[in-house]
Amino acid sequence: MTQHFTRRSALALAASTGLSAAFIGAGGAQAGTFENRKLVVIICRGAMDGLSVSPPVGDPNYAVLRGAIAIPPDQALKLDGTFGLHPKLAGLYAMIQSGQARIAPAVAIPQRIRSHFEAQDMLENGSGQLYGAATGWLNRTLQAVQPRRPIRALSIGAQEPLILHGPMQADSWSPGGRLDPTARIAGILGDLYKDDALLGPALAAGLKTEGQASALNGGHAPGGGDVQAFAVTAAKFLRAPDGPSIAVLSLDGFDTHANQGAAQGQLANRLGVLDKVLTGLRDGMGDQWSKTVVVVATEFGRTARVNGTAGTDHGTASTVILAGGALARGGIVGDWPTLDQAKLFENRDLAPTLDVRQVFKGVLVEHMGVDGRALETVVFPRSADARPLRGLIA
Amino acid sequence: MTFSSTADLKAAVAATRFGLGARPGEIALARHDPHGWLQAQISPNGADQPQAGGGGVLAGTPESYQAFLAYRAAINAAGQDPMARKAARQPLDDALAQEVLARAWLAAVTPSPFRERWALFWGNHFTVSLMKGEDVGATAAAFEREAIRPHVFGRFADLLSASSRHPAMLMYLDQQNSIGPSSPAGLKRKNSGLNENLGREIMELHSLGVDAGYSQGDVTEFARALTGWSMGGPGAAVEQQGTFLYQQPYHEPGERRVFGKVYASGQERQAQAALDDFAASPHTARHIAHKLAVHFVADDPPPALIARLEAAYRSSDGDLAQVANALISAPEAWEPAAHKLKTPYEFLISSHRAAGTGPTDAHKDVLGPLGGFGHRPFAAPQPNGWSDAAADWAAPDAIIKRVTFAQGFANAHAPKAGGPAPAQVAQESLGARLAPATLTAVQRAESRPEAFAILLMSPEFQRR
Repeated sequence: MTQHFTRRSALALAASTGLSAAFIGAGGAQAGTFENRKLVVIICRGAMDGLSVSPPVGDPNYAVLRGAIAIPPDQALKLDGTFGLHPKLAGLYAMIQSGQARIAPAVAIPQRIRSHFEAQDMLENGSGQLYGAATGWLNRTLQAVQPRRPIRALSIGAQEPLILHGPMQADSWSPGGRLDPTARIAGILGDLYKDDALLGPALAAGLKTEGQASALNGGHAPGGGDVQAFAVTAAKFLRAPDGPSIAVLSLDGFDTHANQGAAQGQLANRLGVLDKVLTGLRDGMGDQWSKTVVVVATEFGRTARVNGTAGTDHGTASTVILAGGALARGGIVGDWPTLDQAKLFENRDLAPTLDVRQVFKGVLVEHMGVDGRALETVVFPRSADARPLRGLIA
Repeated sequence: MTFSSTADLKAAVAATRFGLGARPGEIALARHDPHGWLQAQISPNGADQPQAGGGGVLAGTPESYQAFLAYRAAINAAGQDPMARKAARQPLDDALAQEVLARAWLAAVTPSPFRERWALFWGNHFTVSLMKGEDVGATAAAFEREAIRPHVFGRFADLLSASSRHPAMLMYLDQQNSIGPSSPAGLKRKNSGLNENLGREIMELHSLGVDAGYSQGDVTEFARALTGWSMGGPGAAVEQQGTFLYQQPYHEPGERRVFGKVYASGQERQAQAALDDFAASPHTARHIAHKLAVHFVADDPPPALIARLEAAYRSSDGDLAQVANALISAPEAWEPAAHKLKTPYEFLISSHRAAGTGPTDAHKDVLGPLGGFGHRPFAAPQPNGWSDAAADWAAPDAIIKRVTFAQGFANAHAPKAGGPAPAQVAQESLGARLAPATLTAVQRAESRPEAFAILLMSPEFQRR
């Protein structure tokens, strides 16, 4: 069963985080303002190369550093005098043109780490410290808004990512085998699991989602082969009455150490998938796209220079993509450090000008109505240096 | 537990926690000496090798790699014609299906399930994955048979070396074309250079562990030492294709300083010397001990258990038979409460063992269900391999999939009328770990398949 946030657990949370109970119950945004707001977080695992997502074709050093894997200026989809967009991101490009998407080209996690697994931990645990929390910041977001506005989150995929892990039970869904929630075995197992803290809540939440998925698709289970259809179904969950407010999904295959390709090739294919997911979400959200923000982030970027095997190695800053009808119109988010050799981090990587938490925090405050103090203490503790990015939301 | 003796409980733990779930009769067999039953499975010859069914032979790496090259030629010739592309792929898909079935069959029927579990642990520790591409996919199963299984009860240093030199690993982590910038090849070709992927993952994932305290500089230096470790690729002589090949022209000349130690220039042996030092490092002992304890006992294992495994590793110079012995001899590992949720692969295999059956169709029995669970063999999404943490496999959706799998499996494989009664099947499978509530539910089931599905989905069958 989905865990309900009670006054008692609010107090327990307050005690465990050093918050005062007075704060938990009072103040902050009004529930009505943020009703029906939707947030989708997409994690591109393996370190997505921001310099190919939004190639700085106008930066004089770009072509030199990237050589054969540079996106040719005449193939990049032109954004401004410096930046283009990868040609496989045509759907995203149309969103940018209509003021429904923006890119932040130089974003990184709070610490300089080049291990995928450590960096993903840092991106998702939100504590600012490696292994600093066993829960994810989106789970703590649910905790933070729960007293005023109970919202739920959905993990899309076979495994629940750390970003959603924690005491608030998240729903999860992926295409595949289905179970009739009224089947006899569901009741028998419910009894067997009644004292099982792991299997009991998971089964109950799963059965509930099964019922919804079946209803959403007219009784038919959606297939898993078509990425766009997958994204459309995910959007249907978000749109449903009493549907989740937050969804998370992961894409992998971005670790392009060799034969990365340029306008075509290995990375281009992955970006094509990402583009399909983004357009599928937009189409699936329909009229609710105007209340939606999608954030695409990765654990770190890749080296500024092409390596010896026509690929790139683990780097630092990368591109964050923001999409959704709820965004304020605007250009590039954050400063561009340039690819000038003197500006490269450790003479190797694109240097960050934004902490990824600034982007997340800005979206949580303006779009999801997370209270400023809860944001600093519960969701992203000890993050005062990473001030929320303001003005992202219309 | 009231009616069972310590020996009953230990036998049940031996077969389920250290093994792959009990086959009928297995707990009774282990009961006279559960520890001895496990110990006898530690073999100096390493793990068992999967055998192809129907008189077939599983191809070695060179042959598998040549099959990949043939595929590549065929797919280029096929152009955009979908039927021709499918036909080009077919031999690779068939070979992988044969490998996956042989491996799952071995796990389902082996009388030495601890030996197999130990091999699976090391196969996952040294992950290679078809997610990287068809070249790795074609050779991933051969990698496990050639580089992993023979060494799992030998010295860790030998296992690390065998893994690091195998073509599947070299391709998976982009080592084969890593060229020292000052090497003869590097000076000649401007657009070539170092690739530090394998160097980093050897240090971080395979040996020292990420918290050992090495720097980016150490990774780069080790990657330089590794230059030249390569393989016979498409352009090599046929007899060298798909074999380890030291490419001297790629090797970065000079001495290297890695993690506080200087390695004299020594061509191919330079990287091997560093590997041997990694294997001998106390950081590696600690890293391996912790990972084994997490895998076999608990997501948050008792520190005393880690300390025992670490001590066994260090005192035996990384002899994995000694480490395995320490694991099965540690009192912490025999604690009756089962903390680990079975991974989907373990769940699938143990379902067969409970039924006394084995998989016979690669797609229907293995690849299909495991694909649904997100746990397809040789397809880990990242080089750190599959997680075995409960939280990663117990999402609501994943539990629903286990239920639907259990129903389908029970319909196909539950013992038929005239066979053992459902309660007996449950006793044979879980022994003294069978909870009264599960036994009652099994006995009250409406049909044999329902009873068997309840057994498979019971809290104690789901854990080990």
